Amino acid sequence: MLIAERFIMSSQFTPNNPLPQEAKVPEEIARFSPEVEAEIERHLAKYPPERKRSAILPLMFIVQRERGGYLDPPGVAYLADRLGVRITDIWEVATFYSMINTEPVGRYHIQVCKTLSCKIMGADRITEQCSKRLGIKPGETTPDGLFSLSVVECLGSCGTAPMLQLGFDYHENLTEAKVNELLDRCQRGEYQPTVGVKTSA
Amino acid sequence: MFIGAIGCEPLQLKRVNLENSHRLDVYRKNGGYEALKKVLDGMSPDDVINEVKKSALRGRGGAGFPTGMKWSFVPKDNPKPKYVVCNADESEPGTFKDRYLMERDPHMLIEGMLIAAYALGSQTCYIYTRGEYRYLIEIADEAIREAREAGLVGEKILGTNFSCNVYTHTGAGAYICGEETALLNSLEGLRGHPRMKPPFPAVAGLYGSPTVVNNVETLTAVPDIIKMGGEAYQKLGTEKSGGTKLWSVSGHVNRPGVYELPMGYDDMEKFIMEDCGGMLNDKKLKAVIPGGSSVYIMPAADILGKDVRMDYEGLVAAGSMVGSGGFIVMDETVDVFESTKNLIEFYKHESCGWCTPCREGTDWLVKVFKRIASGEGRPEDAQLLLDICDNIEGKSFCPLGDAAAWPIQSAIKKFPEDFKRHLARLTETEGALT
Ligand SMILES: Cc1cc2nc3c(=O)[nH]c(=O)nc-3n(C[C@H](O)[C@H](O)[C@H](O)COP(=O)(O)O)c2cc1C
Ligand code: SF4
Ligand code: FES
Repeated sequence: MLIAERFIMSSQFTPNNPLPQEAKVPEEIARFSPEVEAEIERHLAKYPPERKRSAILPLMFIVQRERGGYLDPPGVAYLADRLGVRITDIWEVATFYSMINTEPVGRYHIQVCKTLSCKIMGADRITEQCSKRLGIKPGETTPDGLFSLSVVECLGSCGTAPMLQLGFDYHENLTEAKVNELLDRCQRGEYQPTVGVKTSA
Repeated sequence: MFIGAIGCEPLQLKRVNLENSHRLDVYRKNGGYEALKKVLDGMSPDDVINEVKKSALRGRGGAGFPTGMKWSFVPKDNPKPKYVVCNADESEPGTFKDRYLMERDPHMLIEGMLIAAYALGSQTCYIYTRGEYRYLIEIADEAIREAREAGLVGEKILGTNFSCNVYTHTGAGAYICGEETALLNSLEGLRGHPRMKPPFPAVAGLYGSPTVVNNVETLTAVPDIIKMGGEAYQKLGTEKSGGTKLWSVSGHVNRPGVYELPMGYDDMEKFIMEDCGGMLNDKKLKAVIPGGSSVYIMPAADILGKDVRMDYEGLVAAGSMVGSGGFIVMDETVDVFESTKNLIEFYKHESCGWCTPCREGTDWLVKVFKRIASGEGRPEDAQLLLDICDNIEGKSFCPLGDAAAWPIQSAIKKFPEDFKRHLARLTETEGALT
């Protein structure tokens, strides 16, 4: 079946749940290196052969990592093809999970926890500091595409609050000085945040 | 951050402070995989389930359901494959114990899962970990690899006829996926909406097969139960709440951390004021949320001088719940209106949108909270909040709806003055605050 046909077969997007901007019928399908393909195979092998769809989230993280930080249309087409599901099935799942990006994000994605334990230990100060230094509000990306700032819900670091996650890395027991140092390192290009899940077993 | 036991010998936290505690050799040197050996050397699956029943172990994920009983619900004659799924989604605000168990002692979890799989006749285990805990997935993958090489995972474990695989699986940022049926949908590659119960997962879970879902802390208790015997484990705690429990302590104390306490530890005041190092900056205690964001808030007056016993029954008697053990301490500077607003924003964000009372109700609650916060509150707003809660609680598809209502109901009841202050225009006789 053609990708376009698959797409047209079903549209589960309601006015309340609009089709993401990027959900056009993809014209091309992403291709990956043999190493990445092998990594994808390792994930698929965890589930019964007729249950390939179970690998959808692990694979989304990989595609996201390989396609510049988000699920672009060729990446989505790849997932649908690889898992034998419709394009809409991919979007349906992608839009449910907050860690799956359907739009580009900055190279340094700063996510400050805002939930109660962090809040009472000064999370707002951290958000404000990041906001001021980067000149963006939570939910925005700097014009150079380098930084995105988000406020997120509890990340399981409540005992080491306040905290933020940068890429996949946890930064805990934050102080003003620590945040400044971290942003300095990012701006100087000295910080490599971990992006994308790499798993072996 | 402090990690250790108070009032008992460390059991689940026995190894966490050892160097390289995540490695197989360290685990084995310190009693690791002895329970699995004991099980495979001569216990029947029913023997294992009986020991777990005797241990009075109750599920540590939040609901406190007796683990042995849950395991005994798995039908033996069902020809389908059976699954053991570890719930490592840990997203209840205030909770971070599973994180340290998996970071420091991943083999304890693998051993617990293998014993569960043996008892239930399962050959496949999945560890569903929240996506943000990526580094824990890597630690678990490495531990699984070590265990596989040592013949502890995979075909013919320890040379017996028992074969079992353990796999990690990642979530991707959704609190609702901690709810066991939503977790199973997520593991099947779907949106994380909860499923109708019954059928319960024990009968029809992952791929429609019998499935046991247990929390990390529940499964990591199993090796010790087998080693010391169910009865001895139960005796560490109380008659109905066996063993020890991990408490994730955060907020305004001098020594936040993960604390292992015997079930039935008899004084919450001592726990806060001494064990956790007392209040930060010598401020006064105002309130505690003892079991994660979903449980009732406790005012200081219900704790100080009240000998609150820290177990399932003791906390219910004191007006709250054990929940996930996420123990959030708040001092006198905290405005309970603000802290409740913060939590309801969490529930609104995490409502999966499947059912109307929760999806629309949490949205409406946030709107009312925001209105009050902006100084535009109406006299009847406190009552309105309670009415909305009434329309969510017990009327939602899954317990997330209830969990959103409870903090508000208890906060308005226990801290009316904090709401009154924001509702300056509230007339004296109106509303729920009088
Ligand atoms: C909204 C919601 C979120 C939950 N989150 C978690 C969680 O993060 N971790 C967990 O172990 N249990 C969580 N639970 C409880 C699970 O549904 C389930 O009861 C538990 O995993 C069973 O394991 P146990 O018997 O070992 O506690 C949650 C329940 C609800 C309703
Ligand atoms: S109660 Fe909330 S989280 Fe649960 S099914 Fe309904 S909308 Fe989803
Ligand atoms: S509240 Fe911020 S990590 Fe839990």
